[in-house]
Amino acid sequence: MPRDELQSGDPGRRSDYAAAFTAGLLDPDRAPPDAVSGPNGKAAVKRYAVYRNNVTVSLIDALAASFPATLRITGPDFFRAMARFHVRETPPTSPLLFEYGRDFADFIGRYEYARSMPWLADVARIERAWLDAYHAADAEPLASGALASIPAERLADTVLVPHPATRAIRSRYPAVTIFAANRSDGPVGRIEANGPEDALVTRPGLEVFVRHLPPGGAVFLDRLMAGEPLGAAAAAAFAERAEFDLSANIAGMLQAGAFIAAHQEE
Amino acid sequence: MNGLAPPSRVSKTSRFPAYPVADLAGISFKHEHLHAILGDDAKGGFFEVHAENYMGAGGPPHDALTKIRRDYPVSLHGVCMSIGGPRPLDKAHLGRFKALVDRYEPALVSEHLAWSTHDTTYYNDLLPLPYTPATVSRVADHIDEVQEVIGRPILLENPSTYVLFPESTMGETDFIRALVRRTDCGLLLDVNNVFVSATNHGYSALSYLADFPLDHVGEIHLAGHAEQEDDEGDLLLIDSHDGPVADAVWKLFDIVIGRCGPLPTLIEWDSDIPDWPVLKAEAAAAQAILDRHADSLFGKAHATG
Repeated sequence: MPRDELQSGDPGRRSDYAAAFTAGLLDPDRAPPDAVSGPNGKAAVKRYAVYRNNVTVSLIDALAASFPATLRITGPDFFRAMARFHVRETPPTSPLLFEYGRDFADFIGRYEYARSMPWLADVARIERAWLDAYHAADAEPLASGALASIPAERLADTVLVPHPATRAIRSRYPAVTIFAANRSDGPVGRIEANGPEDALVTRPGLEVFVRHLPPGGAVFLDRLMAGEPLGAAAAAAFAERAEFDLSANIAGMLQAGAFIAAHQEE
Repeated sequence: MNGLAPPSRVSKTSRFPAYPVADLAGISFKHEHLHAILGDDAKGGFFEVHAENYMGAGGPPHDALTKIRRDYPVSLHGVCMSIGGPRPLDKAHLGRFKALVDRYEPALVSEHLAWSTHDTTYYNDLLPLPYTPATVSRVADHIDEVQEVIGRPILLENPSTYVLFPESTMGETDFIRALVRRTDCGLLLDVNNVFVSATNHGYSALSYLADFPLDHVGEIHLAGHAEQEDDEGDLLLIDSHDGPVADAVWKLFDIVIGRCGPLPTLIEWDSDIPDWPVLKAEAAAAQAILDRHADSLFGKAHATG
């Protein structure tokens, strides 16, 4: 492959065109690169601006497609202005656009014009987890009754293997309710919820589901996903929330299809 | 234990029917049309997909493409390999591309004469390159590498461009011809791109086509474009893929098919996407032109045979 690198003798010069061309792609204040022009000596300001516009608008569109509830909450003008800042500050590093936006929720969290919506970043976190679940590997969930065959004295040592689509998102705000109300096309009524809400995101089949996790459920799921056995994960959940309901949590997560296998800790 | 295991590579048996694609008009597949397509009794034509949309591990995209591939020939169209860039190809991305070729057994595989990644940033646009002997050599190396990894030739698509590089020493058709000679790749002739670039750079689309290595074309693209102005107030066309194919592009397509005979022809419509029947009608218009030339070729063969 490096044939022409050896022959040209000036490898730096060859790569000039990409470096020169990209320097102003995300910066509207820069003049077009000297390396390009229009035909017959015509100017290239508007011509280069076509590429700049394609890059910025298509990446804003990509964020709009990945964060539709966030967009619906803020309205398109607010969203696109916010997304434009993020695109210029943190352009994608992967050619897979469904991977883009991993830093968007953190950006929203420090975006000064979004301060009046402190829950907005958590809604975006749920949307990012939704997209991860959508593209995650397919796997058959563990049946709801799968733990029934495990003797009671072995349950504490049981390790549950999470479905590749399973995510837990914690919020100090009613982010799940706000997400659900704004993710559909229906009218959004007044949101009465005001307490913290944690989300379980997973995809047992082809459809992604986002559910409320009961108190302590998020820490319980986090520990299980880290590979801790049921007993240790439950102890951590009780330590955080005394009202943690172990059997309800296990039943809810199994019913959601959050796990694909159960085995005894070695 | 679960559905994670890749399909067996020991067996060479195809997972899908080997539908022929020659002489057919096709449509770029959009997920929102899946139900309309599966419910459509009139099966015909082919579908083209952007490879990158199917590079996730699983989920609805793969389910949809599997269903489409069972009933139709599929064309796999890569958008961001950066074949036209100065940097080495992204090996991980090339590996994902190969995995799709192996998994879906596409009838056609194509990529662009353009680039979209520089340093660590992905720009999500098809960016232009200067045409020089040095860039011929680099781009040819990239095409060789792709073809070697996927084990089959690709079709390389001519770009639509808005600027040129004064350092270029070759015309675009000479550049493309040199790539074909060095790599034995095929070509994807985007007739809308020809019309857009010809307008933007003030040359004749017909003379571009007269100079284009038509013998190597394995697929045609048709799409809509938008109109803007350049700095001098002259018409600047944008390859926007957001509307119907322009009359002038249909005319050029008719001329190309008259010269080449019928070729797989795709209607690209990627934003402001209409309902399924609108796309189907656009593909039917392309199919009618293909069929008319197929009939006349057949007639000619009879007359001279």
